[in-house]
Amino acid sequence: MRSRRGAPVLLYVVAVATVAFLIVPVIISVLGSFAGAWHRSLVGDFTLEWYKYVFDNYSRTIGISLLIGFLCMGIGILIGVPAAYAFAKYDFPGKTLFEQIVALPMAIPGIALAVAIIQTHSHIRGNWYFVLLGHLVVTLPYMVDTVTATLRGLNMQVYEESAASLGASWWQRFIHVVVPNIRQAIISGALMIFTISLGEFNMTLFLYTPMYMTLPIGLYESYASLRLEIGSAYTSIFLVLIIPVLLAIQYLGAADESELKNI
Amino acid sequence: MSTKVALGSLPVTFRFRSRSRLLGILLLLPLALVTAFFFVYPMLFLLWRGLHTAEGLSLRHYLAILSDARYRQSLVNSVTLSAVVTVASMVLSTTLAFFFARYDFPGKRLFKALLTFPLSFPGVVVGFMIIILFGRTGVIPMVAMRIVGRPLFNIAYTLAGLFVAYLYFEIPRVTLTMIASVQKMDRRLEEASRSLGAAGFQTLIYVTLPAIWPALISASALAFATSMGAFGTAFTLAQNFNILPMLIYTEYTMSFNIEMASAMAVFLGAITLALLAVYRSWGQGRGRSSA
Repeated sequence: MRSRRGAPVLLYVVAVATVAFLIVPVIISVLGSFAGAWHRSLVGDFTLEWYKYVFDNYSRTIGISLLIGFLCMGIGILIGVPAAYAFAKYDFPGKTLFEQIVALPMAIPGIALAVAIIQTHSHIRGNWYFVLLGHLVVTLPYMVDTVTATLRGLNMQVYEESAASLGASWWQRFIHVVVPNIRQAIISGALMIFTISLGEFNMTLFLYTPMYMTLPIGLYESYASLRLEIGSAYTSIFLVLIIPVLLAIQYLGAADESELKNI
Repeated sequence: MSTKVALGSLPVTFRFRSRSRLLGILLLLPLALVTAFFFVYPMLFLLWRGLHTAEGLSLRHYLAILSDARYRQSLVNSVTLSAVVTVASMVLSTTLAFFFARYDFPGKRLFKALLTFPLSFPGVVVGFMIIILFGRTGVIPMVAMRIVGRPLFNIAYTLAGLFVAYLYFEIPRVTLTMIASVQKMDRRLEEASRSLGAAGFQTLIYVTLPAIWPALISASALAFATSMGAFGTAFTLAQNFNILPMLIYTEYTMSFNIEMASAMAVFLGAITLALLAVYRSWGQGRGRSSA
């Protein structure tokens, strides 16, 4: 079988055009965030004025989003990893149904879930943990899914039995045998949680109160009512926060990003 | 204490199982509680709220989605937009998937990374990217202004802008899904087809596409589901455009028609759920549901 090297020119053109369509606005947004006047020149009069505006008016949204993202990650590990372990190891009646229900929040649009939660839990709206709980429900399945899939592929039973035969307690086996083997999946799942939480808009729009406005809500506000340059600066800050996480997810490669549906 | 001594003499595997049930329940309890209180209960309530009418429980609100002209129009608009976006992104992304899976070229890894980079953009950011490109002071209208003296392609806030925005978030998803299946395809089938004298076009129609058929169905279902449920992008760009997620928002927050918003939310959830079930059952994914 020969390995074809030279692709038809037309394919190159399509590929370059597509990547340009996706990436050019990102680059322009970053350049525009430093431009004195966007419509005159992108790279002329350099200014940090727009960043100052964003930090003066929206730094709280950045802090709140980071806090919610980190809390989601931490709670996601504490709740998701043991559950994934139980799914992979034990059999009980109704397990398949339970697993499917737990995975459902990944398939339901954020707006549908938001309209539901805002009706049943309106009494806790305005509390700082309300948005956190919403984010937790939609992010947990990604941790459970990633870790369960990895555990099922590992056949941990054999390792655990040999550890047990050497006298290791359940807790010792879990911490010293199971967790080190799924470390990569746990980190991938945690980074997915952080990415989704930091960008969550559709559901947060219903749940948030002005006191606890998150970054994407602030982004929307800036797009709707402020200069393009300010929107660009704010977006660039979001990108700076999210890009290292994305690179890490790609590097680890255990999570399936194509299933992200935070649109 | 006596049980402990007795257990100690039994095989290790047996000792595992005697405590496993309680441990399993304890490990799953937090997840079960969060899911029950913040997902199952709200969703069941939503279902019930949609059935709630002045005359008692009835299917009126659910039926109104199909019978009432305004709601039906939003459904038709959503389905049409999603279908057109799905077809366009499938054609483009499948072409790209073949390009990435079949050819080697310098910078391929970077290229692929750039292509999948926007995967994690929230809908509002996707909307902003389209404003940057096609907005009133966007790049393309500004460039057109300098060249032809008129701001051409000032489409960000129109239906065409919405279409382009949906393409923006579908391309990375669909391409990533398709690359995996094109890579797995047995290329000897195509070689055989060619050696038997089939033209390139015949090979594509009768050999290549049937071989990746499950992936095409799976990726189309994913694209369609994502488009149907997408809200943030449309919310940023075209709030006056009547699509299902937007109507749910306005019915709830502006018309205070909670029952109708609930019925539409259930309806939308059911559609995306069914589509994602197709995605999972036809896909090369991990097939969690079958495990």
